[in-house]
Amino acid sequence: MSGTTGAAAAGYEAVIGIECHVELKTQTKMFCGCLNEFGGEPNTKVCPVCLGLPGALPVPNLRAIEHMIRSGLAFEAAIPAFSKFDRKNYFYPDMPKDYQISQYDMPLTQGGVVRYWLEDGTIKECRLVRIHLEEDTGKSTHAGSGDGRIAGSAYSLVDFNRAGVPLMECVSEPDIRSAEEAVAFLEALKRTFVQLGVSDVKMEEGSLRCDANVSIRPIGAHELGTKTEIKNMNSFRSVQRAIDSEIARQVALVTSGGRVIQETRGWDEVHATTHSMRSKEEAHDYRYFPDPDLPPLEVSENTVGWLRVELPESVIRRFTRYTGEYGLNVQQATQLIDNPSLAEYFDACVALSENPAQSVNFVLGDLSRLANETGVAIYASPVVPKHVAELIALLDGKTINSKIAKDLLERMWSGGGSPKAIVEREGLAQTSDPGAVAKFVDQVLAANGDAVAQYRAGKTNVLGFLVGQVMKASGGKADPALVQTMMTQRLA
Amino acid sequence: MSDLLRGTAVQVAAAVNARQASALEVTEAMLAHVEGVEPGVGAYLTRLDESARSHAARVDRRVRSGESLPLAGVPVAVKDNMCLDGTRTTAASKILAGWVSPYTATAVQRIIDAGGIPIGKSNLDEFAMGSSCENSALGITHNPYDPTRVPGGSSGGSAAAVAAHEATIGLGSDTGGSIREPAAFCNLVGFKPTYGRISRYGLIAFASSLDQIGPLTRTVADAALAYEVMAGYDPMDSTSVQRDVETTGKPLPGDLTGVRVGIVREFDLAKLGAEAASLYQRAYGDLQKLGADLVEVALPTAEYGLATYYLIAPAECSSNLSRFDGIRYGLRVEGDDVTQTYEQTRAAGFGPEVKRRILIGTHALSSGYYDAYYVRAQKARTLIARDFAKAFEACDLIACPAASTPAFEFHAKSDPYSMYLMDYYTIPMSLAGLPALSVPCGWITPAGGTVPMPMGLQLTGPLFAERALLGAAHVYEQATRHAGAHAPQIGGAR
Ligand SMILES: [Zn+2]
Repeated sequence: MSGTTGAAAAGYEAVIGIECHVELKTQTKMFCGCLNEFGGEPNTKVCPVCLGLPGALPVPNLRAIEHMIRSGLAFEAAIPAFSKFDRKNYFYPDMPKDYQISQYDMPLTQGGVVRYWLEDGTIKECRLVRIHLEEDTGKSTHAGSGDGRIAGSAYSLVDFNRAGVPLMECVSEPDIRSAEEAVAFLEALKRTFVQLGVSDVKMEEGSLRCDANVSIRPIGAHELGTKTEIKNMNSFRSVQRAIDSEIARQVALVTSGGRVIQETRGWDEVHATTHSMRSKEEAHDYRYFPDPDLPPLEVSENTVGWLRVELPESVIRRFTRYTGEYGLNVQQATQLIDNPSLAEYFDACVALSENPAQSVNFVLGDLSRLANETGVAIYASPVVPKHVAELIALLDGKTINSKIAKDLLERMWSGGGSPKAIVEREGLAQTSDPGAVAKFVDQVLAANGDAVAQYRAGKTNVLGFLVGQVMKASGGKADPALVQTMMTQRLA
Repeated sequence: MSDLLRGTAVQVAAAVNARQASALEVTEAMLAHVEGVEPGVGAYLTRLDESARSHAARVDRRVRSGESLPLAGVPVAVKDNMCLDGTRTTAASKILAGWVSPYTATAVQRIIDAGGIPIGKSNLDEFAMGSSCENSALGITHNPYDPTRVPGGSSGGSAAAVAAHEATIGLGSDTGGSIREPAAFCNLVGFKPTYGRISRYGLIAFASSLDQIGPLTRTVADAALAYEVMAGYDPMDSTSVQRDVETTGKPLPGDLTGVRVGIVREFDLAKLGAEAASLYQRAYGDLQKLGADLVEVALPTAEYGLATYYLIAPAECSSNLSRFDGIRYGLRVEGDDVTQTYEQTRAAGFGPEVKRRILIGTHALSSGYYDAYYVRAQKARTLIARDFAKAFEACDLIACPAASTPAFEFHAKSDPYSMYLMDYYTIPMSLAGLPALSVPCGWITPAGGTVPMPMGLQLTGPLFAERALLGAAHVYEQATRHAGAHAPQIGGAR
């Protein structure tokens, strides 16, 4: 039983807000010219600026700012004309300046809404508070403390390759009601960021990190309960499990007369529980103030206008187009959307063929299979959408049947070119001429007296066998529907 | 060669470019002179004899290959809060006492590219916090005009070096008066350009929104020369301005006809004592004699300058100095855990004035106090800048004292507030980001003193009016020639 259904059974609902950090995909770091790349020998992608050496100064990466604005626009956020960077002051060994350049009260984007869908196709909404831009920290490795934490460690190693990588922080309103919704929300964010090219969103490389604020309240109540902040969730699966576990913990606590205290709790994947990390009393005073090294950012209406015009179709718009207009099922739509180049290919096929159902069959079916078998992506294969549309037209016009279509696809994959040309060249057009089909039917009936007798004795399932024999005799070209009708008539 | 030691940067560069002297000869002579006088002055924290020779050799090669360099062979004192690749850069703090910079500040690089020769890294108040150089954790610098007195600060080492002819140009940084006050104390021209004119990249930050690099020189023409070499947009500094630098290379004006000079109503000269008051009255009169129209202007919010400054500058410094934590570079005093290491390192590494300002700044930024202190200080800063803008509708330049007193004796300002008051006349201009300079305007023998000490007249211009400011200062300097009246006790005849 998930935390959510357990909560509902006890008369409670969960209220969840998500805060996630996403590393932006840029050539260079946020405030210096060092390469923004994952991994590498420790401390090789560093310079005076990202090491926080005395006298070094930050210069903002304009591409990162553009990424931020595009991300905001994709979620219909407001893009204020003025924004600024602030310093968040606290000491930590992997933070070179002992302050982080972040954004406090004037983020680059404000508000917005993420529309996402659940597995059953239900569309949900979660409002955003803001998306702001900051710099990432370095990475510490603590040795000798057993649990990998700094407390009690014998020594620590710090790698600053990640220090100064541009990081956007998305903060949601507490509009999420279950762990399942939280994961679906995160997937929607991920799809948009990948589609926009602003991030690779690889949780395993740490380019997406998320925290969840979780509270419960009696169903029907409007007031928010005391929340806890859950950290250390390293995959979508652990987000789901951690939130479920925390909801269950809070419900058990409250229904047994206890009280939730405001604190930060860490998710422990191994023991599948959350544990207290620090309470609110220990909260930092970050002493935010505007970074005097960075003049305020001005974002012109013109810039925003251009970026808005150049935005691709939003993920949710694409989803509703696929499931609504095109009649795809949720799984098909999701599969396409999760693979933007496949979705683009599919869209091109639909545009040319005006047949979404057949297009999705080919794209997610035979073409995906061929792609898997050969290791060549569909869009990189010799099969261009124009040829797929030709194939669909041949099928729709009953020039070929689906068996021939399958064979043709294989030949197109290995460079055969236009299916129409192949069909014409090799006379593969389906035989729909009743005279010609009748000839094959009569031949088969004559040669299979036993089967005919069985059919007439009531074993009607031999019909399939007889139809198959006709198809075989015609070299696969006979129109299967016509064969079926004709055969049934003759046997009646 | 000793002529060139006493010569101006303009003269040295001309001689080296004309190959009447080599940069190496000038450098060797300078190094010998430094060796002789340095025990009595203490201008430098680190001497750069070897690298100076190799820089000089490179300049000579460039000159021989036909290049003409604006600062060919000119000896330069670099304030030790500016990074210079491969050299110890300390900010006069124990916390950086052993730190060798792996890169060079933009301004210093421009000096080197123009043919200037860094002779040494000069002393300062720790992290540029102070007005006497007494806050240096690493050395004592004496005023060459009276070694019992301070050279001023925080750029006291560069000031003393130029005054004692241990360098021809001194590089300073000015946050609230740190170029102008030591210039006044050491009989020099000290020029703080408009905020953003000279890149701060590689200048160890004290208060980022106020810090500005500038030259200390023996003439206005030399200040203009050094300024023009260093000024201009730097893509490494987001606060550096993208605006052309007007050069003063063309002939400077011969008089001040038609120039409106504002005299600030709120700056009551009587407070400075009769002798200083009459000295400044005479200076204003001299400006008038040179053709200027004196007009009274009001700066009603200037009196809040000190309070405003001592919130904004410490707030910024409390954050800027966080990075000195013993983890990556500089001093480390190992504790039982990382927090203790931070605490012990910073306790041992920072001096009392730096600690005081970090505490004030941390408090001013704390939640619950931020609006009352930091935000209000920013509002006051805006009002002060507005007052100046209004004043400059009625005048072209503002004249006022650069410091309230001549150089004082060591340990004379034992409580911090009396030291803070030294910057009373220079802080408002810093808060407004304005270009301002100090030019010698006469001598006063302080009570208890035995020799006359120099005084400085401060001229301030509107934003980016560097050329007009330097032009007027040049006219005044050439007409009055106060600097040559007395020679320093150390460093030889002027
Ligand atoms: Zn870097």
